[in-house]
Amino acid sequence: MTNDADALLPLPPVTLHILVALAEEDRHGYAIMQEVAARTGGAIRLGAGTLYRSVQRMLEQGLIAEVSARPAPELDDERRRYYRITPFGRTVAKAEARRLAQMLKLARASGLAPGKA
Amino acid sequence: MRPYRLLLLLYPASFRGEYGDEMTALVRHRLRDAGGPLARLVTWIGIAAETAVNAAAVHGEILKQDVRYTARTLNRARGFTLTAILIVALGVGANTAAFSVTDFVLLRPLPFPDPDRLVTLWQVQGGYARMELSPLNYHDWKQAASSFERLGVHTGITANLVGTGEPLRLKGAAVSGDLFPALGVRAALGRTFGGGEDLPVRASDADGPGGVVLSHGLWQRVFGGDAAIVGRTITLNDRPVTVIGVMPAGFSFPFSSVEFWVPLVVTPGDYQDRGNNYLYGIGRLKPGATIQSARAEMALVAARSQRDQPSPAETVSATVNGLRDELSRQSRVMVLALSGAALCVLLIVCANLANLLLARALGRRQEIAVRTAMGAGRERLIRQLATESIVLALLGGTLGVLLAVMVVPMLWRLVPANLPTSTAPGIDLRVLAFAGALSLAAALAAGLAPMIRSGDDTGARGLREGARAIGGRKEALRGALVVAEVIASVVLLIATGLLVRTLWTIQSTDPGFRADAVLTLRTDLPLPKYAVTARRTEFYTHVFEQVRALPGVSSASAISFLPMVMRGGVWPVGLPGEPADRRAGHTASLRFVAPGFFKTLDVPLRSGRDVADGDTATAQMVAVVSESFAARYWPGQDAIGRHFGFAFADRTIVGVVGDIRVRGLESTSEPQVYLPYAQQPDNSLVFYLPKDIVIRASTPLDQLVPAIRAIVHTADPQQPISDVRPMKEIVDAETASRGLQVRVLAGFAMVAFLLAAIGIHGVLSFAVSQRTAEIGVRIALGAQRRDILTMIARQGGALVAMGLLPGLLLASLAGRSLQALLVGVTPIDPLTFGAVTTLVILMAAAGTLLPAFRAVRIDPIRAIRAD
Repeated sequence: MTNDADALLPLPPVTLHILVALAEEDRHGYAIMQEVAARTGGAIRLGAGTLYRSVQRMLEQGLIAEVSARPAPELDDERRRYYRITPFGRTVAKAEARRLAQMLKLARASGLAPGKA
Repeated sequence: MRPYRLLLLLYPASFRGEYGDEMTALVRHRLRDAGGPLARLVTWIGIAAETAVNAAAVHGEILKQDVRYTARTLNRARGFTLTAILIVALGVGANTAAFSVTDFVLLRPLPFPDPDRLVTLWQVQGGYARMELSPLNYHDWKQAASSFERLGVHTGITANLVGTGEPLRLKGAAVSGDLFPALGVRAALGRTFGGGEDLPVRASDADGPGGVVLSHGLWQRVFGGDAAIVGRTITLNDRPVTVIGVMPAGFSFPFSSVEFWVPLVVTPGDYQDRGNNYLYGIGRLKPGATIQSARAEMALVAARSQRDQPSPAETVSATVNGLRDELSRQSRVMVLALSGAALCVLLIVCANLANLLLARALGRRQEIAVRTAMGAGRERLIRQLATESIVLALLGGTLGVLLAVMVVPMLWRLVPANLPTSTAPGIDLRVLAFAGALSLAAALAAGLAPMIRSGDDTGARGLREGARAIGGRKEALRGALVVAEVIASVVLLIATGLLVRTLWTIQSTDPGFRADAVLTLRTDLPLPKYAVTARRTEFYTHVFEQVRALPGVSSASAISFLPMVMRGGVWPVGLPGEPADRRAGHTASLRFVAPGFFKTLDVPLRSGRDVADGDTATAQMVAVVSESFAARYWPGQDAIGRHFGFAFADRTIVGVVGDIRVRGLESTSEPQVYLPYAQQPDNSLVFYLPKDIVIRASTPLDQLVPAIRAIVHTADPQQPISDVRPMKEIVDAETASRGLQVRVLAGFAMVAFLLAAIGIHGVLSFAVSQRTAEIGVRIALGAQRRDILTMIARQGGALVAMGLLPGLLLASLAGRSLQALLVGVTPIDPLTFGAVTTLVILMAAAGTLLPAFRAVRIDPIRAIRAD
């Protein structure tokens, strides 16, 4: 499992954002978009194509899974597809976070980033 | 949301079907969040850009997947892949090569500005539709004509160039002042003629030309591309001439071997005879004038000009043709035949490829059914199969272009040398684009049928039926494809057969002389140095004496023009009591010869004697004539001692010789008249000066050349020798391009024939393997081996019969369109048709044999148990 996870690293930023957005609860596409925007202070607004292209690939890679469609209360009760992070998705997200932390440590050691090494 | 629905169409259908609704909802909410109209507009722009980028990315991902999948499947079926690639390569290669030649000869515009307005002007006279112009007619017609912006003339000349190392014999053209402006070309260096008088009249042409323009090739080859060449003086035909310009690279006129241009000058003498035709007219039409209107005007102009003449000898008219049409006229049939053959091959290739893909699609029904069951959409499957076809097409196409690159130089020799361009046809971007389009079209056309059918075979039916199922419609389609292959190969085989028969006919034609062991070479004695006949006789007498003394040489002589090299040179014949009359076809080919010409070429002397050293200007004017000449004017009588008027004098016949094929093996020639070269008046009939030396020798001919060069050098150190070649080569050249045509067509026919045989074999083999169980049951139920054999043979026979009959019908049409290329054989030649029919039946038998035997050997027990 760890090897499979390493093969996917480094993750494209959009993929990591989606995984983080799904870490706490299952969300539908629009909710993912809003969550990413909220967490980045509006800096990243995923477009429909970017979002679903990533979703398609992440489904194929087994990072996320589709849970049965249900009404979205805030979206006029339309039935929407919800996505859930898989255990493999969590493993990959953790591995990527570890990788980034390692990078940050290296950067601090050489004075390229603020904080203690 | 309509606009977004439209934007979604950019995505592949599978992606759109999966996420389209979700994406639409998302976009709707984003727009709602956006607020004011301006913000909405900005959002829309962002959405459109984002859609374009992501749609392209999704397509790219699918393509990557499909190509990877294709590579895997093709790698697994290497035999199939290799066969398919080779088949595509054959089709694309043949067609690319044929197209590059067709493009060069027929389609590509001539390398002059506004080439469609360039026309040729001819004199129509005495049954000749395209006769050169006489200076007088040209002069009169040009003054009256209003269709042309510019009208000029040119004529071929040759010149000796000395002072630049080895003396060189060069081909050139004398052009009138308006010729270059009519063509619309300028010099790359210096200037061309023009601006002055079109056709100046000088007291004598010995006044010397007013400058010379060099071809780019000559400038590079002889003068090393000297940038200061303009203004330099060079020695042409012993006269100093100033170089006034150099033409650009790639310019060539009237054909590619011409290397220099001098101004055309006429003497008052040239204006005396309207029958003195030697000028080629080239005109540029005025904007708005058409070839038809110019032709009509010139016919009228010629008629009017003739009405003004005191007593016209015969009716002379004029005609105008497009320069492009004029040049490609001779090769059009050949090029069209080539293209037709290539198209036939392409048709067969597509049919074979379709067959191959159909068989493969049948074999893959299970695979496709499994993928469908696993949720692959119809659109994704078709897309996958299309990717496979395209990959095959590209691989085959690449190989095909490589094949074409190898073949084109060979086909280049099919292109006549009279095109005014010095470049050779090659594989350029246009040709590559053509090849690419062709490959894709072939693969897609061939792949279409299986794709459509596989699309239908979704669901469980394909899984259940397994590989045993044969769609009846598919079987019929494959059969139809084989029938098409048979038709195309019958047409090609018959066309080839007709041309082979023609070639045999021509090759067995007796030229009237014996060409082997004869060496020819040209010593074109320059004027005015050799204007006096006695000087020429002295030169040749010296050369002949020395040459005859060489070991192995049995005879040597000279003539105005070698047969089959110069085909014209005819003169009106005047009989006592009748005026010389070209109209009634009373013309004969005129040649001056040195003694010994007939002996050297082994032309039989029927009666009387050869010309002799004693036939000089002071002796009686004599002539040797050919049998057909004697038979024409004195049928059944002895011609020796008879008189006739010819070339400005009354001649007495002293000898009759056999006829020779002056105009080549394929044309009928005028009767021939030979005059002693010592009786040629000084400074007269200079066009007919003897220049071609013929030598019969028993030693290898190329060993003679150095000794002959030395002999000519001692006779005149400044005299170049050119066109050294065996007479045999000249006669062989008569059939060389035909031989090549036949080989090319035969190559196409062979490919077609093989592919058709493979097609029949493939269809029957497949049918047998699909019907193994059925045949097993038949055998188990008591069917005789012979019945099985008959059953399979009948299937093969039916395919061939269905192809043979329409094939023969089409071939008879093709034969009729080839008629211009046929000699001595009718378009519906029973021998050819019979031979091809037999061949196709044999091919069918061969293709049927293996599958039939396999069917007969089926073990009923195993065949039934296998399923």
